[in-house]
Amino acid sequence: MDSDDSATIRLAHGGGGQAMRALIHGELLPILGAYAAADHDATVLGLPAGRLAFSSDSYVVQPLEFPGGDIGRLAVVGTANDLAMAGARPLHLSLALILEEGLPLPLLRRLLTSMAAAARDCGVTIVTGDTKVVERGRADGLYVTTSGLGVVEAPGPITASALRAGDALLLSGDLGRHGVAILAARHGLRLDPPLASDCAPLWPQVQQLLAAGVVPRFLRDLTRGGLAATLEELAMASGLDLRLQEPALPLLPAVTGTCALLGLEPLQLACEGRFLLAVEPRQLPRALALLSPAGGALVGQAQSPPPGLSPRVVLVTRFGSERLLPPTTGDLLPRIC
Amino acid sequence: MTGPWTLMEVCGGQTHALLRWGLDQLLPADLRLIHGPGCPVCVTPAERIDRALALAGQPGVIFCSYGDMLQVPGSRPGHDLLGLRARGADVRLLTTPLQALAVARDHPERQVVMLAVGFETTAPATALLARQALALGVPNLSLLVCHVRVVPAMRLIAADRATAVQGFLAAGHVAAVMGTAELQQLVDDHRLPVVVAGFGPDELLQAVGACRRQLQRGEARLDNAYASVVTADGNPRARRLLASVFEPADVPWRGLGLLPGGGLRLRGRYAVLDADRRFGILPPDASNHDGPCISGRILRGLARPLDCPAFGSACTPDHPLGAPMVSDEGACAAHLRYRRH
Repeated sequence: MDSDDSATIRLAHGGGGQAMRALIHGELLPILGAYAAADHDATVLGLPAGRLAFSSDSYVVQPLEFPGGDIGRLAVVGTANDLAMAGARPLHLSLALILEEGLPLPLLRRLLTSMAAAARDCGVTIVTGDTKVVERGRADGLYVTTSGLGVVEAPGPITASALRAGDALLLSGDLGRHGVAILAARHGLRLDPPLASDCAPLWPQVQQLLAAGVVPRFLRDLTRGGLAATLEELAMASGLDLRLQEPALPLLPAVTGTCALLGLEPLQLACEGRFLLAVEPRQLPRALALLSPAGGALVGQAQSPPPGLSPRVVLVTRFGSERLLPPTTGDLLPRIC
Repeated sequence: MTGPWTLMEVCGGQTHALLRWGLDQLLPADLRLIHGPGCPVCVTPAERIDRALALAGQPGVIFCSYGDMLQVPGSRPGHDLLGLRARGADVRLLTTPLQALAVARDHPERQVVMLAVGFETTAPATALLARQALALGVPNLSLLVCHVRVVPAMRLIAADRATAVQGFLAAGHVAAVMGTAELQQLVDDHRLPVVVAGFGPDELLQAVGACRRQLQRGEARLDNAYASVVTADGNPRARRLLASVFEPADVPWRGLGLLPGGGLRLRGRYAVLDADRRFGILPPDASNHDGPCISGRILRGLARPLDCPAFGSACTPDHPLGAPMVSDEGACAAHLRYRRH
């Protein structure tokens, strides 16, 4: 394989011949660790007994590299987190790459190295994959699709319909950092100090909660649409009002400041390493004790909506006045993950 | 003297903050706030949006706009810049006008048009762009100017016999640039209290209190409740820049009609950057009316968003029938977002 720094992906790398073999065996496998079935299109897995969680996600974020992460890390962590939100320990990932002709090879190597590190952080192995190359102008550098398998360790089903009036709503950490990091990178905003994406594996926190006997009624990572989208969906699916104390929401001044400047609602910004947890009230102290060291907080409660009104997300401001959390509309930042 | 009192918060940013913080729930019972026309997106008339759409649709044109203009419908419902982009037009989202300069220099073979909207707060940045474009000799950049001036609109409302407005909360950011002389003249001419207000919840409450006190005492003067930012002189450098590139012009506002001195146009040698001139007359776009949208009455404070039969049903942020449902600073969008109905 070319070793010089100006080397780029060529159409031949997807052609099925010698160049493709060189790409897979010379670049991908040494960095990612040998696929279990590098000489096969399918891999054969031995899985632990129990229920499995299975999830798939595609990643098209721009820019490909941003403070605190890159598309590679996001593609591994994002899918592993989707498994964790089902109460499952992430085990294995597949990795499909669509590369654009002209993608610089040093950039691809950096992204692959980042994927490998993220896989170690998440405790997953990449066990199968695929590579395609498309003509220049037909993709934005590269697109990544990962699918993941995990084994469920949560005792019960985690669904929005399990939510009950009185349940406590907790956050695992501060909000909106991923969204602001992407925004800043895309629009050339120089934040001082720079704000890094919160992109991080969620299974360790979930595992701690489960090990301590916390039974999550609901668990959701706050990706596209942020907390606002998650709460809106939860309110609709559960038929309950979600009442949040606005001053309790963990937000860094850099996030609120940037949002004020750009006219954005910070609660609509994506996170890639934060989740919302709902638990019944008697489990609140245990859950809070585990989440608060990482910046987590109790932020609100589920309750029955007023008679005749549809369920909504209500924020109580620091003045004691109330407003609705605006539903997310089609935003102008489509490529955040 | 006793109320009830009716105040108008002029600026859309203030409308947004009032609803965002639920401040209307904290006001004394004798006080009513009505939302003013201070949302540049909302007051840009449909024919200007039609013009923007026509320019953006010209072959070879790169059309640059701030994000909040992308979804504003022109006179044909559902036709907006985002839709045009989806059908192949090169429409680009900018966060500062100077980015248009870079786009124009990167694409010397194409015409680059910047949709310049906003009050005296954003106009200085457009003026800077115009200056640099001439200084650097960038022949392929032009400006579709939709800049508006806020005080002429306040004058129109103050002079309107149908108005219920007894006092104004003036837009603090405009005053930060323009200073307070124009507002003092408004107070002198119309004998009603004007309080320069900020945008934070505490600042707004303070301004409301100051305006109410004046009304209770039967006073009419200019108060500055945003003195941490606004001085009587404003920002002289920005004002000089503005005056060197733009001059006041009579322009139509959505809902208010032709407003004497209500807008800005490029003056003198800067007129060469005027996209209206450069591209001449383009084929007009369908019919020219605001459809069922009652934004005209809302922008004058004669109707409230909830008075509109389309509010929240036929007209939503995803399918806006008029600009006040599009912009973050639009009264309809703010009501729909933050209030239970």
